[in-house]
Amino acid sequence: MTRTVPVVEQILSANDRIALQNRSEFDAAGLFAINLMASPGAGKTSLIMETVKALKDEFRLAAVDGDVATSIDSDKVAALGVPAVQINTGGACHLDAAMLQAALPELSLPELDLLVVENVGNLICPTGFRLGVHRSVLIASVPEGDDKPYKYPGMYQGVDAMLLNKMDVLSAFDFDMDYFRRGVEILNPGLTFFAVSCKTGEGLDAWLNWVRAEVAAFKGAAAGYEIR
Amino acid sequence: MHELAITQSILEIALRHADGAGRITQLNLVIGDLSSIVDDSVQFYWDVVSRGTIAEGSQLHFERIKTRFHCRDCQTDFEPDGRAFECPQCGGSRVSLVAGREFQLESIEVE
Repeated sequence: MTRTVPVVEQILSANDRIALQNRSEFDAAGLFAINLMASPGAGKTSLIMETVKALKDEFRLAAVDGDVATSIDSDKVAALGVPAVQINTGGACHLDAAMLQAALPELSLPELDLLVVENVGNLICPTGFRLGVHRSVLIASVPEGDDKPYKYPGMYQGVDAMLLNKMDVLSAFDFDMDYFRRGVEILNPGLTFFAVSCKTGEGLDAWLNWVRAEVAAFKGAAAGYEIR
Repeated sequence: MHELAITQSILEIALRHADGAGRITQLNLVIGDLSSIVDDSVQFYWDVVSRGTIAEGSQLHFERIKTRFHCRDCQTDFEPDGRAFECPQCGGSRVSLVAGREFQLESIEVE
């Protein structure tokens, strides 16, 4: 006799429970955490390096870098004199909450103000897996093309701020800024947006001020953040 | 390619809800098109991870949900064509995503 048992449970609920544990650790340590997502080559590591250089005397910073293999990214960040932990996902296309949780004991969380988690370069999979951070940020870049919001709507929907990097080469590409911004605006109305070049430094001040304001707001009243 | 991890989550949830049943015969999943999951790939892993459990030999049934927007100006619901998100009826851009991100195990059939 076959019967139907109602379940109605989110398939990633196990991941979400671990994300919640990560969040509790961050909040207990008074640490503001950001998840940085992008396609490969958009400039995640460059942005982290520029951010570390500019803010390392203001905040106690650390980075966690997720990659399929190698420690190239974390080596670059560590060379700037801040703690950097590499997670090699062993082929996985995204970081999940358990991978981040396993990396956290390598950092002394209470001695940090700001943790930047660099996700695996991928515009699809990372959006499905909450890590427990306070804010998610996307870096797009001009050479990727202006149609990316339309092709990867899930990514553009699930972030709190975005940067468009490589503005210094804008004139070399047929990049329709209006078309790009319209797609972003529909998916994520009012999204905080920074047009930058990590190479020339264009626009980075506005980004850095946003990070400063976010950390200050978090330190002021650590409540009301979605689990990202 | 994270279907293996997904499949393990599905198994864990299903076994927890099996409610003393001898066998799980079917799992009914609701998957939105934005959930970047390939049905065939999940079924392939499913046959491997469910082996030796009460879910061995069970079928995965996928209800796919199309990405759908709702126009807040003219109240039209529409499926985007992939090139633009504006409302095809009135051309407006005040639209909200109403479906496509679903990703859940709706029910299981047991005996």
